[in-house]
Formats: sequence, structure tokens, C-alpha cells
Amino acid sequence: MIEKIIYKKPDSLTDVNFSYCPGCGHSTVHKIIAEVIDELALRENTIAVAPVGCAVFAYNFWDFDVTEAPHGRTPAVATAIKRVLPDRLVFSYQGDGDLASIGMAEIVHTANRGENITVIFINNTNYGMTGGQLAPTTLLNQKTTTSPFGRDAKNYGYPFKMLEFLSPLEGVKYLERVKVTDAASVVKTKNAIKKGFSYQLQNIGFSMIEVLSSCPANWRKEPLDSNKWIEEEISKVYPVGKIKDIK
Amino acid sequence: MENNKILIKGNHAIVEAAIDAGCRFYAGYPITPQNEIPEYMSIKMKEAGGIFMQAESELISINLVYGAAVAGARAMTTSSSPGISLMQEGISYMAGCELPGVIVNVQRGGPGLGNISPSQSDYFQAVKPGHGDYRLIVLAPYNTQEMYDFTFEAFDLADKYRNPVMVLTDGLLGQIMESIELKRKTPELLNQKKDWALTGAKGRKGKRIVSLLMEPGVLEKHNFHLKEKYDLIRKTEKRFEKLGITEDMEYLIVAFGTVARISKGAIKLSRDIKIGLFRPITLFPFPYEELKEIARKVKKIFVFEMNLGQMLEDVKIAVEDSEKIEFYGRPGGGVPTSEELLNFILKRIQK
Repeated sequence: MIEKIIYKKPDSLTDVNFSYCPGCGHSTVHKIIAEVIDELALRENTIAVAPVGCAVFAYNFWDFDVTEAPHGRTPAVATAIKRVLPDRLVFSYQGDGDLASIGMAEIVHTANRGENITVIFINNTNYGMTGGQLAPTTLLNQKTTTSPFGRDAKNYGYPFKMLEFLSPLEGVKYLERVKVTDAASVVKTKNAIKKGFSYQLQNIGFSMIEVLSSCPANWRKEPLDSNKWIEEEISKVYPVGKIKDIK
Repeated sequence: MENNKILIKGNHAIVEAAIDAGCRFYAGYPITPQNEIPEYMSIKMKEAGGIFMQAESELISINLVYGAAVAGARAMTTSSSPGISLMQEGISYMAGCELPGVIVNVQRGGPGLGNISPSQSDYFQAVKPGHGDYRLIVLAPYNTQEMYDFTFEAFDLADKYRNPVMVLTDGLLGQIMESIELKRKTPELLNQKKDWALTGAKGRKGKRIVSLLMEPGVLEKHNFHLKEKYDLIRKTEKRFEKLGITEDMEYLIVAFGTVARISKGAIKLSRDIKIGLFRPITLFPFPYEELKEIARKVKKIFVFEMNLGQMLEDVKIAVEDSEKIEFYGRPGGGVPTSEELLNFILKRIQK
């Protein structure tokens, strides 16, 4: 019998099972990143910086070098690693609390300095790890554990559109918003991440890919309903597509 | 031999020492009275072919140093008291991850924004620092030569123990100019292999540098491992200086940094009073046993600081009979004169 391998686990993933909640977008994005790194043959040349939040455990699942940063300082740590080792692929992986709230200064200045790193930004509109509190990206009227009556702009401000906010900065070279709700969008996400990494390898500069990612446990929704909510509600506020590409 | 004697400002001496020690990554943020360091470093680091970054906050400074250390570079940041407060989070992460790095604190008056006068009010946040059970090696220079020497040595100490090292100095030492001798030698551990650094998983599994240890018992075990390291540091790195310690000595001054220097002046003025000086150089590890030994023999122990009595607590741990201790401190940027210290001594002796 002739055996033909049509699918295998990426080399850049360890044998540890993903411990994320059923339907959580992190597992999908972790795997996409591992696949891209395999395809670019960069497993031995990559250093990732994990955030504080659910994805702090990313280092259990990726089989390349990974460190973790204090909450929000992820881009600063990635910046220094890249400056010291400019020929390595360096990316930070951050959630919306890490990137858009406590780490706002870090992400803005890293972007504005045009650091040659790639940022993978997981937007699931809440703080997943700590139990579903309001994030800067939480939608208006969205109920969270710290906005139990829904987010009203008067008290909590408005949903933060990070890519649109960073887009005018001269140091920023590539920004794209994607989602992982179905096979087609997963392929698009993979292409976007590959593009971000490729830009870094070509020394083009700062890139950031925002992934609209579901959080069924904290959204109190079934995984399929969560995907539907991304399609119908979240992507209205955060439209997918290319925000900026200097090439 | 090349004459390496130069006249130099304390803050500039720190830059020379860092470059000589092989530091090739610096990140800093403006704050008085340490601004000469990032300013001079922006020139010297460029000449040395290293990386100079002006961070957008002290939070970013320390996390740039964290990242540079992860990648295996010799890295340093400098600041003054309020900025060091902001760095405490990152320093704790570095200690947890066992990352080497050098932090220079050119202290100013506090609390809050305080003022820009010299102070020693960060003794606590250097010796008993941020969240979690960890220690920094703390070196306290008292002249410009030591600003250079201790900063130079700090890098080897940091690499040797994979631990952050703090040079605890102040605005006075940062600003004065003195003649010093530059070492211009290769640091012992400069080329030590850093197997733990993250440089890409060439021919191996991926490595981690993390301080989150969630599995039951693992963090406790890690803390005991850190304790073993600190105990070794206590055993091997303790430094202090004894001045005028004689058999018939009746009184003792305990002071560090700038105040130790001022105390030397007070001893000189005191003429026939039998008084000596004990100067802790490493504030962690603190030379408890050595101080205890000397303290036993004297009638009174004078503790002088530019704060409200921070090292005093460690002196009390060291000295068996704390009734003997007399404290005089100047907080909030106050700097005592030698005469002022002598007057205090005379009053207490005559009592």
C-alpha cells in the first residue's frame, strides 16, 4: 500500500494539546502561524513574544523560541530582540487588553518607530483570561462582566479601532484585518500573516494583522453562534480587509 | 602603560564604564539628575556600534532591556527615583526570568515628584524591591572612581548570577567631576556563552524565557532555586569598607554612598574622638555579620543617611544592642555637612 501524507501537524507546533476553550480563535491562529513559519522554513530562526492573557500559554504550543512580556510591554520586548538579532523573525502576539489598553504606548511608539517586527493582534472584544471584562474593543451595548448593562459610550467610551488609528503613522507599512470564521477566511488570514512575515524578512518595516477572533465562553455563545456574531456584528464595527499596504 | 586618568563627571563615568564593560544596548528616558547619561550614551554607543534607544517611558526602557537580555545582549538602563518606581514591574520580571541587566538609579528627593536634589530615599526600593520574592545585587558607589568601577563590574555580576544588578547612586555623585582611572580591560565574563538566551531554535526544540509558572508547586520550587542563588550571592559578593577601625575605638559611623563620604569629613574634623567608619558597599548582600562584629566593641553607633532611616533597619538587624544606635537623617533632598554630622555626634556623646 502506498501511503500519501495529505496533512500533518506543523513542525512548529509541539505535541501539547491546545488548552483553549472550544471554539476559541487562539488555537486556529496559533496553528496558522506555525504553518506559515514551516512554509517559510523559519522554525529555527524565529523568536516570538507572548502576551499576558489567554495566549500567555502560546509557548506551550509553539516549538520555536518564545518569551513572554509584562502586560502590554510585548512590542517593547519584541523591539529589543529584533534590534539585537536583526536577521531573526520576531513577532509579538497580543490580545486586545494587552495591545489596545495597557500596552497602548508600547504599540503606538513601536509602530511609529517603524520597528521591523510583525504584530499579531487578536481582537475578541474582551479580556478572556480574567473572565470576560470590558476591553477597549468591546462593542457598544455589548455586555461584559464589567459592563453588565452593556457598553454605553458615555461611561465607557467607544470601541477602539486600532488599525485605523495606527494607519496614518509613517513607520507603519502593512495593516490588515482578518477573521477565522470559515475555511475561506482562514486562508486569507494565513496569507496576511505570511505577508507580514515576508515584509519583515525584506526589512520593509512594521506590520500588524488584526484577527477578529471568537471567545464563546465569555460571550456566552455557542461556537457557531460566535462565528455568526463576528460575521454579523463585529465585522460591521471592525471591517475586514487591507487597511494599509505600502507595496 | 597608557595613562588612563581623566577628569570626568559621575554620570559620564557611568557611560564610559558601560561601554568598557561591553554593554551594547542602552535604553533610557529623560529625568533629572541623570540626563547626562542618555545624552553622552547617544554618542558613545554609536561610536561603539551598539544600540541606543530613547524609550518613550521608563516602562518601555526596562522592557527594552528585558528584550535585549532575552536575546543575549549586555544591556543597561538608567533613571532617577520616580522612573525607577515605574521600572519595578519589569525588574521583577527580569528577576523571575533570571535575566541579567544593569539598572543605574541616580537618586533624587521624594516621595512623589519630590525634587532634583541628591537623596538616598530609594534604599528600600533597591534593597527590598517590587512584587515577589526576589533580590537585586545593589552596589553603592561613593566617588566618581567607584561610579566607573561598580558600573563596569555590575555587568559581570549580572551575567554571573543571571540577575539584575542596580548601581544605587545619587544626584550629587552624578553631577560632581573628579579625576578617575579608566580600566580599559576586557571584562572577565564578556564572552561567556549564554546558552539560555533566545536566538532561534537552531537544531533544537524551542526554548522559553518566562516567569509565569502555573503548574502546582513549580513556582514555589523556582523561588527556592532563586533563594539558593541569593544565598550564594550573600556568601560570595558581600563588600564593605572599614576606615579608622581600631582596637580602642569607642564610636562607629555606619553610612553608605554620599553620606559615607561626608562622614569621612566628620571623622577628620573630630580630632581626638575615637571614631571609625563602616561603609556597606553592597547594600544587598548587606554585610550583617561584619558589622555585628565591630558593633559589639563600641559604645555608640551613628547611622547617617539622606533619608528617614532606611538602611537603619538593616543596621538594627546586624547590631545586637540596638539601644546603642543613634540615627541622623536628612530626607527630601537634604544633604548634611561634615560639621553637621560632627555636631550631632558631639551632642550624643556628651549626653
